[in-house]
Amino acid sequence: MTGTDTTKQGFMLDEAAQGVIGTPMDRPDGPLKVSGAATYAHEWNLPGTAHGVLVRATIAHGRLDHVNATSIADIDGLLGVYSGPRFLRNPAQGGAEEAPVQGVDIEYFGQPVALVVAETFEAARDGAMRIQLRMEADDSGVFDPANSPAEPQEDEALEQGDLDQAMQDAAHAIDVTYTTPGHNSAAMEPHCSIAHWQDGRLTLRGSYQMLKYNKMELADALDIDPARVRVLSPYVGGGFGSKLGLAPEALAAAIAARDLDRPVVVALSRQQVFEVVMRRSESTQRVRLAASEDGTLTGLGHSGLVSNLPGESFAEPLLQATRFLYGGQNRTLSLGLSRVNRLCAGSVRAPGEAIGMQVLENAMDELACAADIDPVELRLRNIPERHPETGIPFASRKLAQALQQGAESFGWNRRQTQTGACREGEWLIGMGMATAARVNWLSKSAARVTLKTDGTALVETDMTDIGTGTYAILTQIAAEMLGLTPGAVTTTLGDTDLPAAAGSGGSWGASSSGSSVFLACQEIRKDIARQMGCTPEDLTLKNGTAVCGNRSTPLTDLLTRDVCREATVKPDKAMKDKQSASYGAHFCEVAVNAVTGETRVRRMLGVFGAGRILNEKTARSQCIGAMTWGIGMALHEDLMFDLRDGHLTNRDLAEYHIPVNLDVPHQDVIFIEERDDDASPIQAKGLGELGICGAAAAVTNAIYNACGVRVREYPATVDKIITGLA
Amino acid sequence: MRPFAYERCATSDDALRSGAKGARFLAGGTNLLDLMKLQIETPEQLADISRIGFDSIDETADGGLRIGALVRNSDCAAHARIRRDYPVLARAILAGASGQLRNRATTGGNLCQRTRCSYFYDIAMSCNKRDPDTGCSAIDGQNRNMAILGTSPSCIATYPGDMAVALHALDAVVETEGTGGTSRRLPVRQFHRLPQDTPQKDNALEPGELITCVVLPPPVPGQQGYRKVRDRASYAFALVSIAYVIDVADGIITRADLAFGGVAHKPWHDPAIAQMLVGQRAEAGLIRAAADALLAGAQSFGDNDFKIPLMRRLVTATLSEATGVRA
Amino acid sequence: MKTRLVINGQDHEVDADTRVTLLDALRNHLNLTGTKKGCDHGQCGACTVLVNGRRINSCLSLVCSHEGDAVTTIEGIGTPDTLAPLQQAFVSHDGYQCGYCTPGQICSALAMMDEAAAGWPSAVTADLADPVTLSDAEIGERMSGNLCRCAAYSNIVDAIREVAHGDVAHGEAA
Repeated sequence: MTGTDTTKQGFMLDEAAQGVIGTPMDRPDGPLKVSGAATYAHEWNLPGTAHGVLVRATIAHGRLDHVNATSIADIDGLLGVYSGPRFLRNPAQGGAEEAPVQGVDIEYFGQPVALVVAETFEAARDGAMRIQLRMEADDSGVFDPANSPAEPQEDEALEQGDLDQAMQDAAHAIDVTYTTPGHNSAAMEPHCSIAHWQDGRLTLRGSYQMLKYNKMELADALDIDPARVRVLSPYVGGGFGSKLGLAPEALAAAIAARDLDRPVVVALSRQQVFEVVMRRSESTQRVRLAASEDGTLTGLGHSGLVSNLPGESFAEPLLQATRFLYGGQNRTLSLGLSRVNRLCAGSVRAPGEAIGMQVLENAMDELACAADIDPVELRLRNIPERHPETGIPFASRKLAQALQQGAESFGWNRRQTQTGACREGEWLIGMGMATAARVNWLSKSAARVTLKTDGTALVETDMTDIGTGTYAILTQIAAEMLGLTPGAVTTTLGDTDLPAAAGSGGSWGASSSGSSVFLACQEIRKDIARQMGCTPEDLTLKNGTAVCGNRSTPLTDLLTRDVCREATVKPDKAMKDKQSASYGAHFCEVAVNAVTGETRVRRMLGVFGAGRILNEKTARSQCIGAMTWGIGMALHEDLMFDLRDGHLTNRDLAEYHIPVNLDVPHQDVIFIEERDDDASPIQAKGLGELGICGAAAAVTNAIYNACGVRVREYPATVDKIITGLA
Repeated sequence: MRPFAYERCATSDDALRSGAKGARFLAGGTNLLDLMKLQIETPEQLADISRIGFDSIDETADGGLRIGALVRNSDCAAHARIRRDYPVLARAILAGASGQLRNRATTGGNLCQRTRCSYFYDIAMSCNKRDPDTGCSAIDGQNRNMAILGTSPSCIATYPGDMAVALHALDAVVETEGTGGTSRRLPVRQFHRLPQDTPQKDNALEPGELITCVVLPPPVPGQQGYRKVRDRASYAFALVSIAYVIDVADGIITRADLAFGGVAHKPWHDPAIAQMLVGQRAEAGLIRAAADALLAGAQSFGDNDFKIPLMRRLVTATLSEATGVRA
Repeated sequence: MKTRLVINGQDHEVDADTRVTLLDALRNHLNLTGTKKGCDHGQCGACTVLVNGRRINSCLSLVCSHEGDAVTTIEGIGTPDTLAPLQQAFVSHDGYQCGYCTPGQICSALAMMDEAAAGWPSAVTADLADPVTLSDAEIGERMSGNLCRCAAYSNIVDAIREVAHGDVAHGEAA
């Protein structure tokens, strides 16, 4: 095992000779995915598998007293009904490493409280729908965040200077309040687990993002030794945060499988995915901006109110990018958390910035309009020299380049300053932009690389590929470092028996797991250099051949045994000395129907600086996907709760509107060339979430430019647009 | 889904026999199976009528069309005569659902599509339509998608489909066969019904009665179209919609057959609107008055307040464009 | 209840509860797990298969109602070693990320191209009398019954356009 200092690397990826890093290589897992041959959680078809379906609570608050199994005794093939104190109230928060709240207390409508298991899915589903529960309801539930006192989040609060005075003295002052609704990750693969016990050891084939944590959470929930738990997730049908932490289906499957001594599969229905799995909290956000005549910020205030279930510590960190993105010496930040009996709030793609940047960037647009300054120019004028709170320097930051290059590529200079000035028939056309920013993290991650005597290599880690491109980039890093064609490298993921990786979350997956592979390959290079009798710096590896000076030896001749190295990357203290983040800029053109208020996004460009781009193709896909999330957040995504009992009223994909194909125009992505030495050994930063941060604001800023309607209550559905139309 | 017996019918006689014994008819299944999985519908017996015929579109003696009840939505929308002579129908079908669903959904089944009200769709909620006399949760609940016209204290649900809105504008006729060998011809405008105090009944069909076809009257001159406003660009139910057949001669409106979706328990057709418009010179004031008349009795419930101004805007713009009036 | 059907050219007999959908028959009874379950209610398109050449949501169809039908699933379109041109185009254009909606997208797109070739109009077709040209908007509308939360839509349109316009290029080898 190799711990490492991330800043001094000696041999860097750019010095390698294979020439595959960064290229838009097709995913090695692509042929399996397009032919239906990739194995997702539900698809193992283990002999003897029984089917389980979870049962929902139909009260909003209270206690489960009794599960009447005899009420469904008539069901053919019924195998068992399970409930009890180990059942998970809600999924674990990302990285929890311990079980979430367990037990029979009902804290929200739809909480899974029992499991019906039968020989067939059809029988289990019928049983789960019909089983009688005796529940004792009480009236102490709180369902409207407005009725719950906010708990101030002390570590989020900041009072610096005198914002009130700055607002009074400002040439231009903006004081606006926006609301954003709840969101669901809505990954296409519903959560599913197959639990299988053999000789006291549990194998869980699940759909999870961060396996080393999930293993601990499962072991803790069952109160067994983690060494007895193995989690397998080689293919994950999307996550976006919803599969960070262990979810109720996994624990229920494990309990039933142990009792029945046969594999049990439990998949959430789509309705259950909505009712049970993490929501992004709704928010109320007030932004105050004080600016001098030329738009330079003298003060910045951002206060937010979010919610969660009682007992959950997660409070949507929507101030995350506000802290460092723009200057202004007088600053007031605060975050409040109210307690409501709605399904658990947790991480949904880019927790924090996704909605924090959305509102901040709307407010910046309002300031640009008030001060009559071009919105791009306003941002350029407010990029701070140093962190405006802590004074630490910034690590590599390509914000200005992104803004400038984006404006030029998009044709921003064709934007009409006057709202409503551009019309094509019934459609009003407008342009908008926003800054993108997302904090960057490196997270501890391990990998094992084996260079085999036949000239192939094997990469092994319990890292996951949730669509992010992990199979591709780890293959490319190993191929680049070891001088192999990508076809000679096999990457194996998603198995907790392999070295523990960072997991897919917080955009740290690629830089963290990629760095662990890089470091393991560095060790292998040292071994080869030793055999070649040269220094690693003088060694060139290309197309399966080791070259040193004028000596050239095929690896198949050089290696007499497999060379296996494991390495771990972890963040070092020096990383805290600089503010590290990924940056970018969004540009968007919309058409708003002057009659109906319908909005169509016509063009969309994202320009991003996220350090080294490891695979231009998969990186671009991450960005267009995230930008599309911005469209959904801007225009229609909205978890709707009944304020009488907190139940979710749009709990399926017909009523919770994620963007469809026709909602999305051709999207362009530009990457700014960047190597961030402070971010990770491979000089890469987080990318998967960056594209969502600010994207929705670019859309709604364009709506304002098109028709002069400023929707401050998201989403910008037709009902809100038409109130401002002529 | 509860267990059920399944019978594959070869003829309409098979189907009617099963219907008389209480079987539910299964055609495309896109709505019934959806509801059965959630145990909103719990039939003990299904009669699969997908192979009993009634799957062609034929000319009637007077030049209209007879659309078999089991003609798939996609075939109906792609049919050359319908595209040419009844574009409002083709447009309405194409505005609904997805290509996959239209390949399964049938003419008869689509007429019987049930509401999308979220309280109807959740068996834990009180709903008079699903469980009579349990109360309506929607009136004081989340009611963004609910009706504004023809509601009752029992139910404020909407009919969610698009095709039927066009059929109401076209004044189509629904032909049925009943259990006792009886057959009926029901104007589609009398087929769907308002909730009153029996919202469990969506339409005029008797138990076991089978829709065999929908008859379109001979084509009429004029402009036709279907305009649907929804929350995303495709694959979403209507917030409001309008189906229209409008003709103007020398500035005088000679035909104004209109029907409205997303606003009531049935596709909304108000004969008074046509009476107001036909014979009058097309001008902005008249159109405004027609929109006002349409919405004069509208009642909204909070979240769906916007449907009134939205429908007013849609009606005004659509009529203005179709009659050549500058709005 | 026994149902005989032809799947990917092979005769099959499924003996299952009447409640079993075509989707669950494929996945749970025949181990053809390439067809995906995303919502089970016809709201996402992940379960799209071709029945007698037409795309449908296999989740909203009982297997017992398919006696004698010919079903094509993603497994019948191409294998990892012998990808069909559209499958290859999805790989080349990265028309997917997590891959879960992908089999449904591909089945849907193949049938959609046939529908367009047969002259079927769509909601965005300007003139119902005109022959159909698969513009990006036409592809987008016709593919809107297939949700992709990773949101590879822009790339999916690129992949379909390439194949629909007969301009089959191959991307870098994986």
